[in-house]
Amino acid sequence: MSEHLSALIVVLPLLAAPVCLLLRQPTLVRIWTSLVAWTCLILAWTLLGRVETGGTISYSMGGWDPPLGIEYRLDALNAYLLVIVTAIASVVFPSGTILTGTSLPEGRQHLYFAALLLCLAGLLGISSTGDLFNVFVFVEITSLSSYTLISLGKDRRALTAAFSYLVMGTIGGTFLLLGIGFLYQVTGTLNMQDLAVRLPDLLQSRTVLAGFAFLMVGGSIKLAVFPLHQWLPNAYTHAPSAVSAFIAATATKVSYYLLARVIFTIFGAAFVFDALHLHWLLLPLALMAMFAGSLAAVFQTDLKRLLAYSSIAQIGYMILGLCMASEAGLTGGIVHLFNHALMKGGLFLAVASIVMRTGSSSVAGISGLGRKMPITMAAMVVGGLSLIGVPGTAGFVSKWYLVVGALERGWHFVGILILLSSLIAVVYVWRLVEAAYFGEPEHEVCDVPWNCWLPTWILIGGTLVFGFWTEVTVGGAAAAARAILGVTP
Amino acid sequence: MEALGIWNYWVVVLLMMIGLYAVIARDHLVKKLIGLGMFQVAVIMFYVSMGKVTGGTAPIIPEDVPAEGVLYSNPLPHVLMLTAIVVGVATLAVGLALVVRIREAYGTVEEDELQRMNGAGS
Repeated sequence: MSEHLSALIVVLPLLAAPVCLLLRQPTLVRIWTSLVAWTCLILAWTLLGRVETGGTISYSMGGWDPPLGIEYRLDALNAYLLVIVTAIASVVFPSGTILTGTSLPEGRQHLYFAALLLCLAGLLGISSTGDLFNVFVFVEITSLSSYTLISLGKDRRALTAAFSYLVMGTIGGTFLLLGIGFLYQVTGTLNMQDLAVRLPDLLQSRTVLAGFAFLMVGGSIKLAVFPLHQWLPNAYTHAPSAVSAFIAATATKVSYYLLARVIFTIFGAAFVFDALHLHWLLLPLALMAMFAGSLAAVFQTDLKRLLAYSSIAQIGYMILGLCMASEAGLTGGIVHLFNHALMKGGLFLAVASIVMRTGSSSVAGISGLGRKMPITMAAMVVGGLSLIGVPGTAGFVSKWYLVVGALERGWHFVGILILLSSLIAVVYVWRLVEAAYFGEPEHEVCDVPWNCWLPTWILIGGTLVFGFWTEVTVGGAAAAARAILGVTP
Repeated sequence: MEALGIWNYWVVVLLMMIGLYAVIARDHLVKKLIGLGMFQVAVIMFYVSMGKVTGGTAPIIPEDVPAEGVLYSNPLPHVLMLTAIVVGVATLAVGLALVVRIREAYGTVEEDELQRMNGAGS
């Protein structure tokens, strides 16, 4: 039984989704979804422990040995990512705000939970599989369920946002498929480890280069790397609030993992950075994302859109870590992945609470809410401080490692730019604080019940805890960075 | 003339570009979906033609004929494409469902009108 864990963690939510349709009763479905998410978290935690003690876990799906069969391969990076995704799911799914801002009529809500579980299954699948074609299938499972989830937002603009995302996402997914096809054509294998063995002799081939380009562009569309981010702000703004929290905290992280896997495991850092000099393309894009995203966030009048643009900037930081291709840089990128999942998940959940009480997510609408909804707004402020990277919060830890990584590579200007872009974050976070604590209250509301603020505070509290106690986050990320770089400690 | 010999790839490129053009240039959402479908079909054609081995036969081993010495086409790309076709159909279904909902909510499925109704801010 226990050797099947790495398959079980994907199969469980996949099978649990149709069960939602049988249960139908809203309360039952909510309990069921939460239970599934918690079970997955326990499984992920167990797997992480096993990877730490026993090294990489390889699982042959259906008993067919790799490279012919589909392999599920967990190393320090996958296992770390599984814990992030399942942890966010376990906090967001049971939240009292899960249905806030959905347009679903009474009696149809079980479908929404089924889509959430499918999305989770897809994300876990991408994170654990070692087979490139399997990656494509799970990418599409995730994407299809997230188009559905986004379209369920209350505002009718959710529909057009979901449609644009569908078009962009399908083009991205098809690019991935095409890239996989090129690699298969040349190497005759789809297994990542096998590809890594066969590719070094074929790197001069133009087909391999084209395949690499398609994989990178396809992955970048899914990750919303600047300037391929156009779908993201609308999708996050109009999606149901809890869906924004879930997708913002997990989907982009998994796409980041995919890019890292393609670059480091399949092609190898030597080819990508020393021969192709990809960092001279990615680095300017990452820096532009940091500044354009943060600057755009300053001028937004909608809380969710503000957070969405801030996400684009944060993706820039993560890509920066990828470009450095050093242990410190990648550790920074991966730690930021964890920390950003915590703070963006927490912030979007806080917005969900605000939407629940005031019915709108405009920045003007939170005027004076600091007094009316103290618990939620305090979470918002702490999350904002973490976005800036104030010492004592998790955001500081990841930016510290990124700056260290930049200095290590001799990119002093990048270190300075990281600090400068953090200053822009001060501006947009201050706008929230100013509105919430110095404005006159417009709404006569009270704070949300405990089942709404508790999930928010679990994530936001996490950013405080991991701001000081970095053993788990940085330790895990460093192990992941070493695993993917192929360095033995 | 060597480049013309791999005409199957030219067909794929042509189909892909027609599809992509439709996605970008058409305002009607259903036409966009048709373009998206062509875009995906092009990749499916690419995989299928990739599996063809010159002179190869269907990869089926009859019980009474020995398998040695017979040249077979590669069946794997075809099998992969079964999955990709399912994905394409599912995408089309979700896309059309969205178009129906958009039509209900806005009364139109023309992108320029939708953008105008959504306002400049989004």
